[in-house]
Amino acid sequence: MSSITLQNLVKKYDDGFPAVNDISIDIEDGEFIILVGPSGCGKSTLLRMIVGLEDITEGDLLIGGERVNEKAPRERNLAMVFQSYALYPHLTVYENIAFPMRLTKGKFTKEEIDEKVRHAATMLELTEHLDRKPANLSGGQRQRVAMGRAIVREADAFLFDEPLSNLDAKLRGQMRAEIARLQRELNTTSVYVTHDQTEAMTLGDRVAVLKKGLLQQIASPRELYEQPANLFVAGFIGSPSMNFLPGTVEGNVFSTPLGKIEIPDRAAKAGAGREIVLAGIRPEFFDDASQLSEAQLSKGTTFTAEISHSEWMGNEQYAYVSYETDERVQDTLRNLAEEMDADELRTQLVVEVDATSRFRSGDTAELWLDTRRMHLFDPATGENLTRDAEAGAELTREAREDRKRDAERFVSRQS
Amino acid sequence: MASNGKLTGKQRLGWTVLTVVVLLYALFPVAAILATSFKTQADLGNAAFLPSNWTWANYEMILVGDAQELFLTAFRNSIGITLIATFIAVVLATLCAYAIARLNFPGKRIILGTALAVSIFPVISVVTPLFNLWRNIGLYDTWLGLIIPYLSLTLPISIWTLAAFFRQIPWDLEQAAQVDGATQWQAFRRAIVPLAMPGVFTTAIIAFFIAWNDFVYGISLTSTEAARPVPAALAFFTGASQFEEPTGAISAAAIIVTIPVVVLVLLFQRQIVSGLTQGAVKG
Ligand SMILES: Nc1ncnc2c1ncn2[C@@H]1O[C@H](COP(=O)(O)OP(=O)(O)OP(=O)(O)O)[C@@H](O)[C@H]1O
Ligand SMILES: [Mg+2]
Repeated sequence: MSSITLQNLVKKYDDGFPAVNDISIDIEDGEFIILVGPSGCGKSTLLRMIVGLEDITEGDLLIGGERVNEKAPRERNLAMVFQSYALYPHLTVYENIAFPMRLTKGKFTKEEIDEKVRHAATMLELTEHLDRKPANLSGGQRQRVAMGRAIVREADAFLFDEPLSNLDAKLRGQMRAEIARLQRELNTTSVYVTHDQTEAMTLGDRVAVLKKGLLQQIASPRELYEQPANLFVAGFIGSPSMNFLPGTVEGNVFSTPLGKIEIPDRAAKAGAGREIVLAGIRPEFFDDASQLSEAQLSKGTTFTAEISHSEWMGNEQYAYVSYETDERVQDTLRNLAEEMDADELRTQLVVEVDATSRFRSGDTAELWLDTRRMHLFDPATGENLTRDAEAGAELTREAREDRKRDAERFVSRQS
Repeated sequence: MASNGKLTGKQRLGWTVLTVVVLLYALFPVAAILATSFKTQADLGNAAFLPSNWTWANYEMILVGDAQELFLTAFRNSIGITLIATFIAVVLATLCAYAIARLNFPGKRIILGTALAVSIFPVISVVTPLFNLWRNIGLYDTWLGLIIPYLSLTLPISIWTLAAFFRQIPWDLEQAAQVDGATQWQAFRRAIVPLAMPGVFTTAIIAFFIAWNDFVYGISLTSTEAARPVPAALAFFTGASQFEEPTGAISAAAIIVTIPVVVLVLLFQRQIVSGLTQGAVKG
């Protein structure tokens, strides 16, 4: 077990492409870090730099406090689960799992190897498949073999490169829980690459959001969700993604294409004097005003809008409100959509309301907005103008304490 | 064939019939030669398929009798020349195909294109200039004089087969092995070589067959027993008198020549199993 420190890491490929740009992350011993970002943002590259398969162009990489830039992969004692599982097709499941131990001559006796393989196999429910070849296994089983090969080693850290990306939804949920449990159980430092929202939010102690090789923000999932550093993080985290409503702030009034909305002092101050800002509003910040109590209503603002269509999902309901976007922010939003791998520019507000609300297309509905939780962004720089760094840091601190408590609880239960 | 899923009764019958037909078609000439090789001289003109009197005379003649000198030296030549040509072709093709499959370098397509062009060039149009050239530089009627043209036959196809094969190998495995604690050499030895071997064996066998079966170079570029391979030597068999056809002896020689090929295939059958690279990656 070890801490991993990335100091201003830079990766330029031979063709001059800067895949990773000046990334610094401090990963604590036992921490579970997620790397997310759109395709091609450098997640795999960064992971491969850590494990030693990719040369580091600039910067330092420390494992357990020791600089390892020049060390070969095998000297770094890290275990990796590859994006393609990279199982050895000519070896049985047993031999696949035993492979790393067979390479360390003399370190393990035959009995030790056997015991470790069987232990891992039990943990991953592979016992009855030990004599089979990878070709005859299902996707989920192959994934578990890859995991098994990683955990028998007692490596200093686990690195995962989108290990679940090819599994179906059900299996993915199962394996996600499995990985989370295993990581807590072994308390091994882990770095996990994904572009799946759910994996990022549920697995990580902290999540690092990357864009074009640049680190946008690293924080606990809650901090990312509630206090995003910029427009990109705000839009990338959350599903359905955040609405960005353009408008101008005058006093406590925010004028938008949907009408005037009253906003709290904090937002008013942040947006004051700017020609135009983007309000970041998550779908669940809205609600159906007719269903709320007076007390609740007074905490936000109500306004009316025409529902263009609605989708009833059983447990919730999405209503869509069309609006005219402002030309001045169109470029920003189009760029953002491109960066996030989104298909197109969305010019509809997504509103999440209770499943019992009776919104139909064409209705004029009265919507309530929780203005306390919305953020204002500068369209030019993407900066979050209303970010409360203090509150955000507190959320990440809490997540860290939770993790420590988890680990302690596990240790005490073991003894 | 349809390996996944059970065949219905009708399909199975169809396949069986088809297999039998193909086998009959392919093996009938071999069976005919085999039968002929056991016939006596008098029996040869006989239209019956099986010999009326089984005899080892033909085999005796080529192995210990009159034709022994002719046949055994030719046999030795064939084996030596073919093995050397195969070995060189496979080693060179392995290196070349590795580079083609793994590296990006200018001229990659030119190499592949040239290899293809060489392999489709008709042998007969090369043989005459080669004959003159070899006589001038002293390669005529030597082992080397046959090994070189055999390489031109076997190398292109070996490069193509191996390059196609190497492209399918999940090279990720090499890196996975390194992360698992292997040195670069160990990673290659333990993760890649086992996957590459079937391809190399298959290629070696194909190359061996091509060289083994050659007749045109063998007959044109040799004049004595110094280098003459079996297919060419068969044409020099003579009967006991000049009025007798050496058909029986030729048949016996043909059967003996077939044996190494059959042995080779049986020996390496297990190594040729394809699909060994399946299962390395996600479903
Ligand atoms: N060997 C290489 N040579 C040159 N450029 C490369 C090489 N490998 C990757 N890149 C580039 O580096 C960038 C980052 O690639 P990387 O594989 O790290 O992306 P990723 O974030 O893992 O994406 P994905 O989610 O699709 O796996 C990409 O733009 C890619 O084109
Ligand atoms: Mg990747």
